[in-house]
Amino acid sequence: MILELLANAISTGVLLGCIYAALALGLAVSFGLLHIPNIAHPVFVVTGAFAATVFNAMGFDPLLVSLPLALVFYGAGIAFFEFYSRIYEKRGESDTMQALTLFFGVSLVIETVLVMQFGADQRSTDVDYVGQSLTLGPVVMPYRLLIPALVAPVMVTALWLYLKYTYAGIAIRAVAHDERALSVSGIDPGWIKRHAFGIAAATAAISGAALVIVGPIDPFAGRMQIGRAFAVVILAGMGSIPGTLAAGILIGVTEALVGAFGSPSWAPAVAFTMLLATLAFKPSGLFGAAR
Amino acid sequence: MPAVWRTAHGQGAPIRIGTTICKTGALSSTKSTLTGLELWRDDVNKAGGLLGRPVELVTYDDQSAVAQIPSLYSKLVDIDKVDVLISPYGAGLSAPLMPFVKQRDLFMIGMFALAGNDVTRHDKFFHSAPWGPESKTNWARGFFDVAKKNGCSRIAVLSADVEFAKTAAGGAEQIAGEYGMTVVYKQSYPPATNDFSSILRNIKAQTPDAVFVCSYPPDSTALVRGLSEVGIGDSVKLFGGAMVGTQYASLLGSLGPALNGIVSFALYAPEPTMANSEMTAFLSRYEKVAAEQGLDPLGFYIPPFAYVAGQLIAAAVTGAGSLDKAAMAKVLHETEVKTIAGPAKFNDIGDWTERRVLMVQFRDIKGKDVAQFRQAGRQVILDPPSLRSGDLVAPLTKARSS
Repeated sequence: MILELLANAISTGVLLGCIYAALALGLAVSFGLLHIPNIAHPVFVVTGAFAATVFNAMGFDPLLVSLPLALVFYGAGIAFFEFYSRIYEKRGESDTMQALTLFFGVSLVIETVLVMQFGADQRSTDVDYVGQSLTLGPVVMPYRLLIPALVAPVMVTALWLYLKYTYAGIAIRAVAHDERALSVSGIDPGWIKRHAFGIAAATAAISGAALVIVGPIDPFAGRMQIGRAFAVVILAGMGSIPGTLAAGILIGVTEALVGAFGSPSWAPAVAFTMLLATLAFKPSGLFGAAR
Repeated sequence: MPAVWRTAHGQGAPIRIGTTICKTGALSSTKSTLTGLELWRDDVNKAGGLLGRPVELVTYDDQSAVAQIPSLYSKLVDIDKVDVLISPYGAGLSAPLMPFVKQRDLFMIGMFALAGNDVTRHDKFFHSAPWGPESKTNWARGFFDVAKKNGCSRIAVLSADVEFAKTAAGGAEQIAGEYGMTVVYKQSYPPATNDFSSILRNIKAQTPDAVFVCSYPPDSTALVRGLSEVGIGDSVKLFGGAMVGTQYASLLGSLGPALNGIVSFALYAPEPTMANSEMTAFLSRYEKVAAEQGLDPLGFYIPPFAYVAGQLIAAAVTGAGSLDKAAMAKVLHETEVKTIAGPAKFNDIGDWTERRVLMVQFRDIKGKDVAQFRQAGRQVILDPPSLRSGDLVAPLTKARSS
């Protein structure tokens, strides 16, 4: 019985951890690489989730429809970064507190728009696999978690390959290290940052679709995710994309084990306890390079 | 000012009823309260008003925020000079208002303020919802009455880490003790938990007869889905009780057949034992407004009791023959009021003397069409006995597969 519980807790933790990583991936780009404290990212994710529900009501699969939606979010992300850049960065007033205030305000505006448009009721998707499970021996994995969880490794791998092997990806990593050196080499750092912020926004469309398959959402659902998303990014190490997946899974498994063998009430404290420990003993994060 | 002129002016002035509505914020799904009140206002004005005067609603958006309540109600009382108050939605928003209402000796109808007057004990406060006396512990007693009737002795209690759910869980333990039942599992979980597989496995291992659940909408959904995904075992006869969300069309529509077998609370169900023409007519009118305004299409939970709030005010004002608050309160304390939700009689702190919180079992749900919930037989009333429309189908596994 205990072994069965342990195996199921670990498998559930891995699935939840993958979903945490998917939610945090955009933040790993905007905060981890661009150093923009985008606390509105979870609200972007919720917006993606609402968009997925709209198309799901027309009969589309939420995850499949999130792919074209990601292009729309990419464009919106670029436009938004241009706005942010003109207000703060180009005036030389890029102050963290001001940026936090801006993104906090953006969160509230988006939440209000979602309430006005969709109401405050819970919304969910209608997909055939919800309510069914994959059984492997003693391990039971609900498809409601399994399918969305597959999104994270795919997105992380794709983004990691893009950042490692393409010129634009290398430029994004370069802008994170030394913006001025990048401009000396003839590349417009502004364009690179817009592009990176667009990618971060695009991930919100896909992870939003994953989120709404896991459970119902409302316009304020992002508030429940923000702390954990930042914890994943910092635990992983700022800018470490594969680390995001590992950190998400580490938090997910620990939470699941605490829930299964201790008290589920302690689970939310897990992410932050791990974060505090990491900051104390390895401030650069588990996979972050020392700077 | 000549007295003759002043009196004539006073007779023509509307009777003003003030309240705040959660039009925005986390509780904005309760804004159908306003629709219920507006339908009552229209009815009463069509019939000539109260004391020959028209009725006017004065409302503000409280943004679902406790911080807004004191200033908005001060404004209603001191600037808008309303004659009667209706509380904001729920106990959380009403709590900071109660000392003010008692201090100023105001007349107020409570909107879903569960146990809202238990501490203040104001004699001019009356609930529109039939929670019954000692509601903090007793409102979900019906679940345990059903459990006792069906021979349940081993109880599991699961609750969200929020005030309402913890209070309900505390009441559940107390009632289980009274009934000689053993609490074999007790656990709380953080809000917005979206996976209950470990918890359900732990419950299954304890082989309880009944599982009393105090959950909020997102966790209610995750729990119901978890039942389909990992199961709960054959020992469980009764599952649910205080699952918030199962009263709203959005959750009913999204879960559909997965709800079969679940037992939860309700204040109205379209069963033959509850049928009355006034309620049917009200819901029919509400549905048209709801479709236009994008509100909960069923409207079983909140809107009828907003209408009841208006009916209580009408009975008090008409019975007193004036807006004298003491006289109005005396009328409601001494007279049974006929409402669309049944006859209401109050104790000294404004609780309905008879608890009419329903325990319903979802049955025969097919597909996700919300309209099916308007049919009898979908939410079978198990308790209270006076409104019972069927017996519990048990065990849960049988009820879910039937």
